[in-house]
Amino acid sequence: MIKNILNLGDAALYCDFGSEVNQEINSNVIKYFYHIKKLNLKGITNLTPSYNKLIISYDLNIHSFLSLKKKIENMEIKENNKLEKNLIEIPVCCDNNFALDIKRVENKLKLKSEIILERFFSKNYFCYMTGFVAGMPFLGDLEKDMRLKRLETPRVKVPKGSVGITEQFCNIYTFETPGGWNILGNTPQNIFDTSNQSNPNLVNPGDTIKFYRITLDQYNEIKR
Amino acid sequence: MKSKDRNYFKILRAGINSTYQDLGRNNLYHIGIPFSGAMDKRNFQLLNSLLQNDYNSPVIEFAYQGPHLRYFGKDIFFCISGNVSFKIITKEGVIDGNSYQCYLLKNGDEVDIHSTNKSVYGYFSINGTFGVDYYWGSCSINTQAQIGPNNGNKFSKDLEIEIIDINNSFNKRKLDYLGSTIENIRVIKGTNYDYFSESSQNKFFKESFKITKLSDRMGMRLEGPKIENIVDPNIKSEGLVKGVIQITSAGDPIIMLSDHGTIGGYPKIATVISADYDRLVQLTPGSNIKFKDVSLEDAETLYKLYQMETNNIISQIK
Repeated sequence: MIKNILNLGDAALYCDFGSEVNQEINSNVIKYFYHIKKLNLKGITNLTPSYNKLIISYDLNIHSFLSLKKKIENMEIKENNKLEKNLIEIPVCCDNNFALDIKRVENKLKLKSEIILERFFSKNYFCYMTGFVAGMPFLGDLEKDMRLKRLETPRVKVPKGSVGITEQFCNIYTFETPGGWNILGNTPQNIFDTSNQSNPNLVNPGDTIKFYRITLDQYNEIKR
Repeated sequence: MKSKDRNYFKILRAGINSTYQDLGRNNLYHIGIPFSGAMDKRNFQLLNSLLQNDYNSPVIEFAYQGPHLRYFGKDIFFCISGNVSFKIITKEGVIDGNSYQCYLLKNGDEVDIHSTNKSVYGYFSINGTFGVDYYWGSCSINTQAQIGPNNGNKFSKDLEIEIIDINNSFNKRKLDYLGSTIENIRVIKGTNYDYFSESSQNKFFKESFKITKLSDRMGMRLEGPKIENIVDPNIKSEGLVKGVIQITSAGDPIIMLSDHGTIGGYPKIATVISADYDRLVQLTPGSNIKFKDVSLEDAETLYKLYQMETNNIISQIK
């Protein structure tokens, strides 16, 4: 399933699963990720799955590139290894104060806001990866007629909880951070919980997300 | 705890970016949490060795200007590593301190850490243990994600730094060490090296780049010849590691440092080798750097040599 293993610097393996982004390739990445994670190998300091790559960071005092590469290449991943998949429902409020870019999205997609939101909420989304900042899930895929580029000038501060779209993907800003995705709404739900050390992420790679729409009153009720 | 039994520092001035750090937290990239930890691992290691602390004991890291601290409690020793100017203020008077030497502090004494000299980071600790909370096995403060003690924030005025343990069998020690500097930053070519034009590849290794003020624990932005992308200014977002040099859409290099975002979508032209990381992070804004290409095998050997050198310096502590 791994096409090629390169080095990323002198202390990480760069495992390439292909150049396209689709759920089949990503599922392979996630299978490897969980398999290696469970082995709990000494000297592995990080595993970073993404759409179609897996980066394995290691302690240079314990491993060298060639020996670890061989170990990964010889690894047997059972094809019937079932991924743990959870369905997670996440409330989103699309009140004008939260839907920061709805006008821009209307103009770019040439669709009315109600149609855009109806389409956005009618689909389940697959979690390809989490990261950039703590707990941020990268979800997909949006229908072809819902795809647009990111903002020409990214926002310096995207509010925490913002739900945004770009290209075939959507995400949730788990922290206030700079960002350029088109914001359609905001969730009152905490997506990353620092106090939950064993499982801080609400959404993990392989999970399915269903967004559902709530009113501002419901938003404030949950937030309270 | 009765207040008369407490041993603590009160922060009279916090400094620019003062935080607790240790060796950092690992195996969390997949949820978006970076390593963090002391930026300059060698100076971190030297400090805990000088103070006979556990190798992963928490220390206070500061950048450019450190904190001004007043001590309350029973006699204690402190030490500072890095290239740092500081004063010790006691009832007997004021003296200039030297890095890599241990000093006694009595109740009411102060340490005023003015500045790091021609460097960015310095470290402060005591012959004992600070009272810190651990998050995913580490007390390192990551201010971007607000993870760590002090609610994940940098130190502020009036904060009290608790000491929960003092090593009473400690003997005062010192080290003659002038620090280590570097002229060229050695790198390994990156996974997207062929995204850049041949003339830009040449410029990357032949010309120098200036470190800009937009540099912090997350990353170091450089300025120099524009690096021309001939394939695509973006890649599908993928994992990053410490030391990766990405080229932004504007053609400028940005080096990932200890608190970096865990994934990114800019092409990677190169990665700084592990042996040069400690010295890279100490370079101040305005400095010029040149990159030198080395092989993976050489990088692995250079790291071993760097570690041997560190152990050799530690063995000279007396």
